[in-house]
Amino acid sequence: MAKITLSKLRHSYLPNPSGPQDYALKEIDLDWDDGGAYALLGPSGCGKSTLLNIISGLLVPSEGRILFDDRDVTDLPPDQRNIAQVFQFPVIYDTMTVFDNLAFPLRNRGVAEARIAERVAEIAGMLDVVDMLDIRAAHLSPDNKQKISMGRGLVREDVNVVMFDEPLTVIDPHLKWKLRSKLKELHQRVRVTMIYVTHDQTEALTFADQVVVMQDGEIVQIGTPVELFERPQHTFVGHFIGSPGMNILPAEETDGRIMFNGQPVSVEGAVNGAGGRTELGIRPEFVSLADSGLPARVRKVSDVGRHAVVEAMVGDVPVKAMVDQADVEQGAEVHLAFQQNQTRLYRDGWIATEAPT
Amino acid sequence: MKTENQRGWFFVLPVLFLVAFNALVPIMTVVNYSVQETFGNNVFFWQGLDWFEQILRSDRFRAALGRQFLFTFLILIIEIPLGIVVALSMPRKGMWVPVCLVTMALPMLIPWNVVGSMWNIFTLPNIGLLGYFMNDVLGVNYDMTQQPVSAWITIVVMDVWHWTSLVVLLSYAGLVSIPDPYYQAAKIDGASPWKVFRYIQLPKMKTVLTIAILLRFMDSFNIYTEPFVLTGGGPGNSTTLLSIDLVKIALGQFDLGPAAAMSLIYFAITLLVSWLFYTLMTKDDAQ
Repeated sequence: MAKITLSKLRHSYLPNPSGPQDYALKEIDLDWDDGGAYALLGPSGCGKSTLLNIISGLLVPSEGRILFDDRDVTDLPPDQRNIAQVFQFPVIYDTMTVFDNLAFPLRNRGVAEARIAERVAEIAGMLDVVDMLDIRAAHLSPDNKQKISMGRGLVREDVNVVMFDEPLTVIDPHLKWKLRSKLKELHQRVRVTMIYVTHDQTEALTFADQVVVMQDGEIVQIGTPVELFERPQHTFVGHFIGSPGMNILPAEETDGRIMFNGQPVSVEGAVNGAGGRTELGIRPEFVSLADSGLPARVRKVSDVGRHAVVEAMVGDVPVKAMVDQADVEQGAEVHLAFQQNQTRLYRDGWIATEAPT
Repeated sequence: MKTENQRGWFFVLPVLFLVAFNALVPIMTVVNYSVQETFGNNVFFWQGLDWFEQILRSDRFRAALGRQFLFTFLILIIEIPLGIVVALSMPRKGMWVPVCLVTMALPMLIPWNVVGSMWNIFTLPNIGLLGYFMNDVLGVNYDMTQQPVSAWITIVVMDVWHWTSLVVLLSYAGLVSIPDPYYQAAKIDGASPWKVFRYIQLPKMKTVLTIAILLRFMDSFNIYTEPFVLTGGGPGNSTTLLSIDLVKIALGQFDLGPAAAMSLIYFAITLLVSWLFYTLMTKDDAQ
């Protein structure tokens, strides 16, 4: 187990990168604490798999260093880094039994057979695969195969970090939550650093203590699921996390007041900086229908179960509000109220208001 | 709902006619010859299983069969491992892939009798490039027209030259279908190159290798043209493989009865060995 430090990491798949657009990863500085449960969240192509492969040693970064507990491992191959990785598609050794599959990483490292049997039994117990140990791994269902891949990652005791690269992609929906909670449970039992890569916010938010959100090869925000939801540092995070995402509304600053569609809007606190492109950010959860406020016309009402999402037009900007009961009709004239301590201003995409004290 | 009737048979009928026309009827003709004796003029005498007995008891047939098995064994034992090794060492990405593939495919594009003629000219002592090089430059006494061992080496090398590519291309197809994560996982698990081959590459190549071995077995067991053009079955009878012997009996001596019996035995052996082999290779998957 180890603390992992990424220092000034940059990576390009091109031999001679000339500008920032040529980099799949642009300057990453990050510390992963020992024993933490992390998620790397971002849309496809944001560089999260690249980052993962750099940590595991399958890729050597163009620039920067990787430290495991202050030991530089940048140039070490994967098998010398003591890491484990679970891939998108289950990788199992078809011709071996489940037992041999789980024992494989230990046998390759010359661990004594008695110790192997002990370790495999322990891991098989955790994964609920004890009764499958003698079956040929090729005959397992996809979710059990993925369990075995996870088991191969966990079977070594001294492993520094276990990485998961979208491991639930091929798993049936009704088994996903089962494996996900299994994973969470495993983390609590073995307390090894885990990094979980996904583009699915539900998976990231349920698994991780800390979520790292990436976009275009950059880290946009690191925080707990609550922090990401409540105070997105960037409009991208606001939009990407939450269902529906944050309302991002064009706004102007005139005489120190924030105007949206010609109406003044109160934001949570003092505004930093000046100029640039300004936008208001407020989650639909904090927009309500009121007797007074911003006049709007309802364009769409969708019932999503316990709530309803009302989409109303303020001028020509759509604003979403999440309400308990949708007692409005399409076309109705309503007023929208923004909860002030949840209304934030973003300048060029980054947050520009200070939290109320 | 499943409808129970016999209508399905009508859909099979056209194929049945076609197969009857081009396979069953010709084979029945052979069966017809194999149990009768004829001196021409469409006059036949019933012979029973005499021809079969005669063939199975004859030293000539047994010798040809032995040579046939030896030849097939030799080329399989060389071509399969060699093909796998070549496939493993071929690049899997980049500009050299098409170059390698085309180069590999070239020998297979040459017609069989041309291959025979090429190797004949190539290996003739004193005038062929290889023959001259062996005898006059290296001083090795090599003459495939006179020495059985030289003749055998030549037909085996010729077959390896002609057909290893097939094994290479099939193995290569199996290799490139292995997704990268398998290699990455093996690296992380600390597997040695031998273990990567044994537990990832070989299992993934198994299906195509089964096909490769079956094809090479059937082709080499029935081989005729190349050795016939190269050595004509000689020197003496040393390279007279089964099909060469069969043609000698049928068309050379015009012994239609024994030839027909022999081709049926020949056919049965090919079928039996292929079946045995296929059953053994696919036994594991059925479990």
